[in-house]
Amino acid sequence: MRAGMILGAGLAGLALLAAALSLVWTPHDITQMAIAQRLQPPSAVHPFGTDQFGRDILSMAMLGARVSIAVALVAVGIGMGAGVPLGLIAAAHRGGWIDELVMRGNDLVFAFPSLVIAILITAVFGPSAINAIIAIGIFNIPVFARVTRGGALPIWTLDYVRAAEVAGKGRALISLQHILPNIANLLIVQGTIQFSLGILAEAGLSYVGLGAQPPTPSWGRMLAEAQTLVTLAPHVAIIPGLCIVLTVLGLNLLGDGLRDALDPRLKTLR
Amino acid sequence: MLGYLLRRMISLGLSLLVASALIFSVVELVPGDPASFMLGTGAQPETLAALRSQMGLDQPLPLRYARWLAAILQGDFGQSFTYKTPIAGMIAERMTVSLPLAVMALLLAAVIAFPVGLFAAARRGRIGDAAVMGGTQLGIALPNFWFAMLLVLLFSVRLRLLPAGGFPGWGQPVAALTALLLPAVALALPQAAILARVLRSALIETQGQDYIRTARAKGLSAAQTLRRHALRNAMVPVLTIMGMQFSFLLAGAIIIENVFYLPGLGRLIFQAISQRDLIVVQSAVLVLVAAVIAVTFLVDLAYAAVDPRLRRR
Amino acid sequence: MIETRDLAVTIGASRLLDHVDLRLAQGRITGLVGESGSGKSMTALAIMGLLPPHARVSGQVLLDGLNLLALPERAMCAVRGRRIGMIFQEPMTALNPLMRIGDQVAEVLRIHHRMDRQAALARARERLDRVGLAEPRFPLTLYPHELSGGQRQRVAIALAIAERPELLIADEPTTALDVTTQAQILTLLRGLVRDEEMGLLLITHDLAVVAGLADDVAVMRSGEIVEAGPTEALFRRRGHPYTRQLFAASRHVPARIAAGPGPGLDSRPPLLRIEDAARVFRLPGGRSLRAVDGVSLTIAHGESVGLVGESGCGKSTLTRAILGLDPLQAGSIRLNGMQVSAGNRMPHALRAQMQVVFQDPFGSFDPRWRVARLLCEPFHLTGRPPDWRARLDAALSEVGLSPEDAGKYIHEFSGGQRQRLAIARALIIRPALIVLDEAVSALDVRVRAQVLDLLVRLRRDHGLAYLFISHDLSVVRGIADRVLVMERGRIVEDGPAAQVIDAPQAEATRRLVAAMPRIPEGWIGPEQGEAASG
Repeated sequence: MRAGMILGAGLAGLALLAAALSLVWTPHDITQMAIAQRLQPPSAVHPFGTDQFGRDILSMAMLGARVSIAVALVAVGIGMGAGVPLGLIAAAHRGGWIDELVMRGNDLVFAFPSLVIAILITAVFGPSAINAIIAIGIFNIPVFARVTRGGALPIWTLDYVRAAEVAGKGRALISLQHILPNIANLLIVQGTIQFSLGILAEAGLSYVGLGAQPPTPSWGRMLAEAQTLVTLAPHVAIIPGLCIVLTVLGLNLLGDGLRDALDPRLKTLR
Repeated sequence: MLGYLLRRMISLGLSLLVASALIFSVVELVPGDPASFMLGTGAQPETLAALRSQMGLDQPLPLRYARWLAAILQGDFGQSFTYKTPIAGMIAERMTVSLPLAVMALLLAAVIAFPVGLFAAARRGRIGDAAVMGGTQLGIALPNFWFAMLLVLLFSVRLRLLPAGGFPGWGQPVAALTALLLPAVALALPQAAILARVLRSALIETQGQDYIRTARAKGLSAAQTLRRHALRNAMVPVLTIMGMQFSFLLAGAIIIENVFYLPGLGRLIFQAISQRDLIVVQSAVLVLVAAVIAVTFLVDLAYAAVDPRLRRR
Repeated sequence: MIETRDLAVTIGASRLLDHVDLRLAQGRITGLVGESGSGKSMTALAIMGLLPPHARVSGQVLLDGLNLLALPERAMCAVRGRRIGMIFQEPMTALNPLMRIGDQVAEVLRIHHRMDRQAALARARERLDRVGLAEPRFPLTLYPHELSGGQRQRVAIALAIAERPELLIADEPTTALDVTTQAQILTLLRGLVRDEEMGLLLITHDLAVVAGLADDVAVMRSGEIVEAGPTEALFRRRGHPYTRQLFAASRHVPARIAAGPGPGLDSRPPLLRIEDAARVFRLPGGRSLRAVDGVSLTIAHGESVGLVGESGCGKSTLTRAILGLDPLQAGSIRLNGMQVSAGNRMPHALRAQMQVVFQDPFGSFDPRWRVARLLCEPFHLTGRPPDWRARLDAALSEVGLSPEDAGKYIHEFSGGQRQRLAIARALIIRPALIVLDEAVSALDVRVRAQVLDLLVRLRRDHGLAYLFISHDLSVVRGIADRVLVMERGRIVEDGPAAQVIDAPQAEATRRLVAAMPRIPEGWIGPEQGEAASG
């Protein structure tokens, strides 16, 4: 498990590093097309080869990492920012109408997979990377609300919460002082999972044209463009796919490792 | 049991109502209404107004929603702007591809996940468990559409065993099933990986329960205990995940149809988006969401079938 | 006849059992007593061959000369449930919640013989009748959640004895049950041993249970049997110092003290006055449950009052209302003349006059806070005084802990120490009343005796009033001046502790007193009143 976590942190770290590096430097300039060098296999000059416009795939992949990570990260932020307070409030009023309202609202949002939300938004406002963020972010809200409520409910039955009530503390103060710190582990782990799911979802949305738009490179769009070329130059399709798999795998391994490291009680889960 | 059923049904109806209202109002946000879109930019104001009132677009929003809903309940989704044909028929035709694909994928995922999860749980902490769980980690990380491309590359391009895309129609059942095979595998494998992990952890969790110890003290072997007592108790979280997976599979099917050029709901939606045929998008999304809500309802019924404690409440 | 010889179990580097020799004859009851962690349950699991996978076991477990430890797993499965049956402590979770009770009992018969379902169910019916779950009230089609704890324990017994085993192992079978239910289950077990010629290994922490039931006793401490023999002789002799300590602690009564002017002599109005309190829960189907039904009581300044009753009698609900956690539907609770109300409507100054100590030493503290912050939490009511550091140190010292402990986390303390910390937390804002909700029930006897002594001393030093809630009359007797008995939401008896216990008036009290396990007076001998030590 230790080894898995180190591997996971390494892979995820690599993706982050590539994304950060792409802000200041990429091996080649991808705005320059070089048709003469199109679809070249990997070489010393182009470690991952070139695409149908002769652009360097390594540079494209680095820029793609930036979009994927930014979208997934913001979407996790939206999910946590709205979902965690909702979950805390529902748990604090467990059994009451507020709880019922939050949970039914959750169920309703669950009926709209992020792809469906993206379709709706695109139908109205047209496609963009912001769509992907909103669509994935909205779907993350009930996930975090549920995890938060599920983690908070057993804590509300514990005597230390009773003691805090006897010490005159209200629901909001108890939620902040006792509940939130005790479910922080849970949220960190869920955050990693949603981060990796967000990368997968962003790739899917970009692939079908509902996410990042040209000329912004993204892993999903690179795959969409590669689809017709897959028999001619397989590396064009394989490299972006591997980027996704390795980043997601890394995040999942990291999440599992964190789960074990942070909370021995959860060792058996998942 | 009856009370439980009744409450779930009321909840089902309410969810459908709210979801449909949401979808309706989102599409209402679109600048420009269907009438102006149908007539194009050069239309005369009088013609536009006439068409508007003919389509009922000059009426207040709640009323239009009520009419729209009433029509849908009678199976009338309206007409496509681009094709001028009833949408209900188009969607029904496309569903004959998307629904079998999603169901096939779900069955395939379950068929793969159950033996794998049971195997891993029974060998918990041993090398077999670690190997299988490592494999599922990889499975979860696979984007299904990329996996689909790889499958096409291997089975269609290199080995020439299966078609790379297209759909011959259900007139040729064998060819139709063959055409759906690779898409179903591409959809199912990542979901199977998730399901196997959930099953494993649910089994391990139940195996720590007191009644498992009681079963062992009765003289059941570890394997018998797993099959007879742990499995059924582990079904509750597994059912939850399977219900959620169905919605992922339906959504995933939309993407996968693009890889295999399948004439399913997904292709219809993307065509409609590019043609700004909003009423088709609206209808297709409604059908998708209704399917997801209906599956949630079925999962709730399955809970009650598994757990007697729910029936009494 | 089952015999363990030189049984030892190690997990990793720690030796959990060592040199355990037990002889368990058919038709005899052997009590295995000791404190938590002494290895009692481990012994049972070793006999059953159900030790955790990484445990290493040596020695012999002989079943009519056959060494079970050398038996392959398949053969051991044929022994479990057929020749040795076992029941566990927690009846609420011991049965499969998704399976009918008839099928759960029948399953034992079907796995050991190729019996068809109908025949097995017929036998299951007969076994359930034997344990007191007869038709038509208890059909085979019931699910566990439709039964009470005691009834579930009976199902567990029925399936353990379905095959008429030679030995039944009962691991704390009544610890999770009420005294009256405990008495019924113990009577059932005694009858089964007599009728079915079965041996019984009864594992318990309660010396009084063993005294009333067992033919032989083995006393266990840190994995070893320190003393064994026929029950009466062993109890009279108390040869080993550890046996003496256990014995003294389980009978320990803290020295009587007079706090305040004594009951009835205080001219001040009562500290706590409850009048006609009612707490009603709405149930599904339009019915309602009056969990607290017209309760009136008073507690004087400096008085210690015990509140006793079976689980479900409403004492926990009443406690929550007194603490201002739940609202009442009728009646009033007044603390020092001021109205107690639920939630944030209750003024902090009023809340500060009352604190609480809970049962569970493990759930009472936030694991992420240090002791200093935990103990200072009640200052939320009063504002943190400038001398809080000194008050914290004083509170820690008063409960026998050191000021250095303030920087530690809660997991660094034992169960008894945590209960001391809980008392310190209640004490730090100097309340007039401390509610002790089953505050010593989860503690081992020797630790319990120490905590009771501490409570008595604190009351004397600070003139505190206690409301001591417990299901255990013998504990209440040691600490309360006055005892209230609650049944079905009502107070059915109210009187001086000794009088209530020695001459109970109400039917409910009489049942409780009769069910109380006791060590016969004649066995106690000269060492009565010996103080708890260690």
